[in-house]
Amino acid sequence: MATAAKMTVTDEVAIQITAMNKWYGTFHVLRDINMTVSRGERIVVCGPSGSGKSTLIRCINRLEEHQQGQIIVDGTELTSDLKNIDKVRSEVGMVFQHFNLFPHLTILENLTLAPIWVRKVPKKDAEEVAMHFLKKVKIPEQAAKYPGQLSGGQQQRVAIARSLCMKPRIMLFDEPTSALDPEMIKEVLDTMIELAQEGMTMICVTHEMGFAQAVANRVIFMDQGQIVEQNEPKEFFNNPKSDRTKLFLSQILGH
Amino acid sequence: MADTAFVRDKMLAPQKAPSSEVGALRWMRENLFSGPLNTILTLAALYFVYVIVATIGPWLSRSVWNASTLQECRAIVEASFGEGKKGACFAVINERWQQIIFGFYPRDLYWRPTLTMVLMLVALGPVLFTWVPRKLLWFSFAFPAVAFWLLWGGTVWLPVAILLAFGVAYAAYRVLTPVNGLLGIVAAIIAPILYWLYLCAPLANVLETALPFGLRTLQSHEFGGFLLSSVIGVSGIAFSLPLGILLALGRQSDLFVVKTTCVAFIEGFRGVPLITLLFVASLLLNYFLPPGTEFDVILRVIIMVTIFSAAYMAEVVRGGLAALPRGQYEAADALGLDYWQAQRLIIMPQALKVSIPGIVGNFIGLFKDTTLVSFISLQDPLQLVASIRANQEWNGIYWELFIFVGLLFFAFCFPMSRYSMYLERKLKTDHR
Ligand SMILES: Nc1ncnc2c1ncn2[C@@H]1O[C@H](COP(=O)(O)OP(=O)(O)O)[C@@H](O)[C@H]1O
Ligand SMILES: [Mg+2]
Repeated sequence: MATAAKMTVTDEVAIQITAMNKWYGTFHVLRDINMTVSRGERIVVCGPSGSGKSTLIRCINRLEEHQQGQIIVDGTELTSDLKNIDKVRSEVGMVFQHFNLFPHLTILENLTLAPIWVRKVPKKDAEEVAMHFLKKVKIPEQAAKYPGQLSGGQQQRVAIARSLCMKPRIMLFDEPTSALDPEMIKEVLDTMIELAQEGMTMICVTHEMGFAQAVANRVIFMDQGQIVEQNEPKEFFNNPKSDRTKLFLSQILGH
Repeated sequence: MADTAFVRDKMLAPQKAPSSEVGALRWMRENLFSGPLNTILTLAALYFVYVIVATIGPWLSRSVWNASTLQECRAIVEASFGEGKKGACFAVINERWQQIIFGFYPRDLYWRPTLTMVLMLVALGPVLFTWVPRKLLWFSFAFPAVAFWLLWGGTVWLPVAILLAFGVAYAAYRVLTPVNGLLGIVAAIIAPILYWLYLCAPLANVLETALPFGLRTLQSHEFGGFLLSSVIGVSGIAFSLPLGILLALGRQSDLFVVKTTCVAFIEGFRGVPLITLLFVASLLLNYFLPPGTEFDVILRVIIMVTIFSAAYMAEVVRGGLAALPRGQYEAADALGLDYWQAQRLIIMPQALKVSIPGIVGNFIGLFKDTTLVSFISLQDPLQLVASIRANQEWNGIYWELFIFVGLLFFAFCFPMSRYSMYLERKLKTDHR
């Protein structure tokens, strides 16, 4: 693979999470999370439903607030300081399970909104960038349509393009394919693989193990709000250490 | 076994539908006579329509437009259509329509409210329709001050001085924002208020002595009729929507004090009848104000109507906000939009779209509620109808006058309702 050459992990730290704890009311949802993500890493997070995967990645762009410990993204620590939060959010792209496109705006407007208002890019330039990324996710012809007129797979690709328009240095994916019909999963995964091959730092919550094997350099397994196991994909799948991981893998990979 | 293996080896071209499936006949069969119950309902409705037309039709067709008293009207009808026949006497409208529309506004100044009305349509253009040039929004923005001057008269420098407050706000914001962002915003709110309280009137006086130009001043008690209703109604509509949106947002706020204030405001004013608020406006407010301050009664009523309607509006908008999935807020946050950007660009356009029927329903309700001001002895159209009927010439007439007043209100409310449907259709992008 020629392009895979760009998939190199550097020493530069992109995300540093130390001794982080989070509660929902009295419920201890994330427990003592420690995690370092270097620039260029492609991390897949998996684990049973309710194990705190979404909560973990949502803490990274402060959609959820943590109560203890430290999260440093690109050298900026996430505290209640709104300036820092906005700074981190404009550097970190996020793709949701349910796309969350803005239904009242056209595809092109969805893509240019944040660059224009947050980055203060002139409208013309923003549209140029938007068209570039729409071509990249292979749906430039849909620019003038509304999200409701697109298929699920197309909407998710638009959502990815929308994040990319902000030129993020880190991308977070929260189960980007689990709301999609089977025949559309591939088109979204292909887009993500391409992104990985270009060297994007990515954290993906997903149960697509084929994707993990193809591009991930590390798989993290979570259970009950804790990181139970992590390893490079081959080892992780062929040689799981903990019983919980084994059980989980046997359940999702079939018998 | 042959028929289970049937396959079409030649594709068929589409054929014309049978005649029973097209045209007026089909429409009638499907919509009017689709079953016994539907047929009975159709016939009953037809009979009902017939009775109404048979009763009102002749009365309307024998209408008289020129007469100076009710007796004269009746005489004319009987003379032309025969003994005992009844007819509508629209002569009263012909003679008194100006009074119902303009109240006691001086006759020679009718051009002022008329011009205001025309200018209002111009000002509404860019607000209601996107194809009207955006530049006109400046006029829409200045219109309230222009309308105030045209209707009440006085020196032209007062509305100019009032509008200058926005310049003051902008200047304060510009000067202080580099020092501190929050300070800039606070100053932009406080500076114009201080200006209005202390500088506005003296400035207008100075300008007036330097360059006198003005219209004859009118007092609020000279306002009446449909003019009064529309001044109160239109101002209430224009101010209650923004206030209602702010209240709805405040109610969702994380800040305890803001939230509690908004909830108390909304629940407080929603739980009180409008008439009570109007009585407060007309009687009680004077007790609270320092003696000698003259606080225009129409202005007081507008404030009360606005507050009352905003409390309802807030709940309608809150309903729209609640209909939005959390994902919309999260996507806006994740893209780095700040609170006000997210509200303006993502949340409000969608929430307001959902709430259009409720908002317009409120507008229409507010407009019709303006007739309640007759209880604090302002001369709304119904009050004027009563005083026309108290006249010797027109004593005993009522249908014709109420039909006229009804049509006036309908002429305002029906377009609002149509516009809301137009807007809903135009904003429909979800293709469900
Ligand atoms: N806003 C919330 N309030 C309370 N509990 C929540 C909230 N969001 C998630 N949870 C709970 O936290 C746990 C972890 O949720 P989540 O991170 O969504 O899990 P995952 O994405 O791994 O399925 C679950 O038990 C869930 O019920
Ligand atoms: Mg989840």
